[in-house]
Amino acid sequence: MSVLSLDNVTYTYPGAVAPAIADVTLEIGPGELVVLAGASGSGKSTLLRAANGLAPHFYGGVFAGRATVAGMDTRDHGPGALAAAVGTLFQDPETQVVMGTVRAELALPLENQGEAPTAVARAVEEAALALGIAHLLDRPTAELSGGELQRVALGAALAGQPKLILLDEPTSQLDPVAGDELIALLRRLNEDFDAAIVIAEHRLERCLAFADRTIAMRGGRVVCDAAPAEFLAWACASAPELATPGGRLLAGLGLEPAAGVKAARAALRSHGLLPDAGEPDVRDPGPRSRRPEPALRFDRVWHEIDRGPVVLRGVSLEIGPGERVALMGRNGAGKSTLLRHAAGLMRPTRGKVRSAGRVALLLQNPADYLVGEHVRQEASASALATVGLGDPALRERHPRDLSGGEKQRLALAIVLDGAGGPSYKTAVVCLDEPTRGMDRRRKDELAALLCELDAAVVVATHDPEFVAAFANRVILLADGAPIADGSPHEILAGGTYFATETARILGGAGGVLLPDEGVALVGGSITPGAEVGA
Amino acid sequence: MIYRRRASPLHAARAGVGCAYCAALALAVLLLSAPILLGALVISIAGAAVFAGVGREIRRAALFALPLGLLVMAVNMLVAQSGLTVIARLGDLPVFGQTDVTLEATVYGAVLGVRAVALILCGALYTAAVDPDEVLALFRRFSFHSALTATLATRMVPVLARDARRLAEAQRCRPGPPPSRARLMRATTAGVLDRALDVAAALEVRGYGAARRPARRGSRVRRPYSRHDLAFAASAVALVGLAIGARVAGLAPFSSDPSLYAPVRAGGAAVAVAIVLSALLPFADRRGIER
Repeated sequence: MSVLSLDNVTYTYPGAVAPAIADVTLEIGPGELVVLAGASGSGKSTLLRAANGLAPHFYGGVFAGRATVAGMDTRDHGPGALAAAVGTLFQDPETQVVMGTVRAELALPLENQGEAPTAVARAVEEAALALGIAHLLDRPTAELSGGELQRVALGAALAGQPKLILLDEPTSQLDPVAGDELIALLRRLNEDFDAAIVIAEHRLERCLAFADRTIAMRGGRVVCDAAPAEFLAWACASAPELATPGGRLLAGLGLEPAAGVKAARAALRSHGLLPDAGEPDVRDPGPRSRRPEPALRFDRVWHEIDRGPVVLRGVSLEIGPGERVALMGRNGAGKSTLLRHAAGLMRPTRGKVRSAGRVALLLQNPADYLVGEHVRQEASASALATVGLGDPALRERHPRDLSGGEKQRLALAIVLDGAGGPSYKTAVVCLDEPTRGMDRRRKDELAALLCELDAAVVVATHDPEFVAAFANRVILLADGAPIADGSPHEILAGGTYFATETARILGGAGGVLLPDEGVALVGGSITPGAEVGA
Repeated sequence: MIYRRRASPLHAARAGVGCAYCAALALAVLLLSAPILLGALVISIAGAAVFAGVGREIRRAALFALPLGLLVMAVNMLVAQSGLTVIARLGDLPVFGQTDVTLEATVYGAVLGVRAVALILCGALYTAAVDPDEVLALFRRFSFHSALTATLATRMVPVLARDARRLAEAQRCRPGPPPSRARLMRATTAGVLDRALDVAAALEVRGYGAARRPARRGSRVRRPYSRHDLAFAASAVALVGLAIGARVAGLAPFSSDPSLYAPVRAGGAAVAVAIVLSALLPFADRRGIER
């Protein structure tokens, strides 16, 4: 018997003209781990909402077809009743942890179900142990990091031992380490318990390796439902924006795509195509701008918090005009603080920051910039055109009705807008984690946009694929100071954490970062006309 | 300000008792108006905060409350025309008209201001020293949804404060003149509503909509009343008793109309000392409290 069954489900949000999901029919069995793939707006989140009863009970709208969860028809059972069988985890950890302490948070769903206190206490202990958060049980939730909060929210979803766990981009607000830890945790939970897991995720390379099945959505419809390797083969042919870098590398070499670094490496090795790692980088990064007047200069900048940690430790950096720089490093390394100093939002406790003009800063949440009733009120027509929002119809829309990517571009237009006059040029554009929650197409569009800007660009990010697409210089920060500064090929090819999937598959050979470069490198070792693997 | 478990007798006491203790302090503040007794209550609240290890939190609350107290005092000074002892003639002021500042109105304004400050400090002491989740568990039997709403409000304060800081930073990044307050207010409201919708959805999938009265059967092992529970409960009873007794018996009379009358008598002084001792004695027993 399936734990989730959707039978011709069509759902339209209130006021919407088109359904968010249409004629979706699928079944998910006990213990299955299913990855939901698709671009933003493809219907992934709505499908999860239909499965946990939020659509239509919470959001309203028109629901057709039948959705059954653990034998309960969602038309007859609301989210409260379904909560006993379905655990749900959303994107933003801040808004789904509602209690003051971790223990109370884990207990809440069970208490809502009217469980006896002894049963609640036991389930809380078990969930905490399963998720490795027993040490957090009496901590105030307000003090937890994003990764810890997301684990706690997952614990609350698991405490009632549901048959089905739904996760809507659970790693999109987390740094890569916390995201990888969460995915690994899910994998273990899936193996230990018999709960089916459905996870909607953009960074497919993170979770395809251990999925049983992948369902791809486009325009609210299921367009592919297959095992991960078959899905990758389909994606490489029909939906390149959904293909993982590893999948594109193998497909480019004429091999069957494989999910995960290990499988991709094995596929290359079996065909004798896995190059030796050799020297991590052999290419010349090109002349770096060392003009007399840098666009941005940090001169022994310190940032010390009173009775707190030292965030920046004597940072000295020069960013040349037109350079495209990626700031990388673990959480707390000082990336965001450095950008805030660049934009003048913070003052160094020691040292100086100088710039050759205005420094525009786009912070993590673009919605914070939006205060107008219409897009045209937010920025000038030229600034909107620069970021690709020149469409007159778009300019009349409410800023909060835009998609996530459009909001990002609008916020960029706002900070780029030359309100200071043409003589007051923007010398540097800084962006703090701009790709969080973005699908691959939107990331590519943003990278292309950043490459077109005349100003120097500094981006704090955890996303090596994005860095490889736009940067010509990478600065690695640790404990408030730069520890490495070089070309993307030098910095990203040799490691594992700060490396693209292609680089990890190829072991850093030739400093290759992107699938196309990998195809060129490995393809060079194939005799023209010879059949691969023959 | 958030609750954080600390090694103190007040934190060791059960939430119901902690609630009663803070409520008793607040009730005494409302019942008493003699400066000597209000002073004793402020000393008691500050002392309780220090002994509970939340002195820094209460100091922050006091920094917020003091301007409010001064404002209350200033308004009363300007508005109340009662009292015979004129200490300043401000002449014909806009809005206020002919304004004479009297000693009685000033002192009564100060009493009101101190009372407002003391009530805020009581609230801060409760927030910092009483476990809100335990309070929720306490009240859920009577009104689960209301209790959860109160807990949620407490939890959301730091989240919304972070949102506000983020929004302010983003607005500083906008070139040109800052947006009008009305536009900012609309944007802030929209952001808060977005967050409220997310929180509501999270509560729904946690079963909030179908929440049932908690089961009585199979209750966990009953938690016996500890020394700290008994000490703070006794303290709360004593504080309420002293406040009612002092008010009924008129041990510390206070009047500001038509002239100031606030004699310090032995009875009043004794009540003041008794209030401080009653409020702070439970902190003397630190046996079993980890250091």
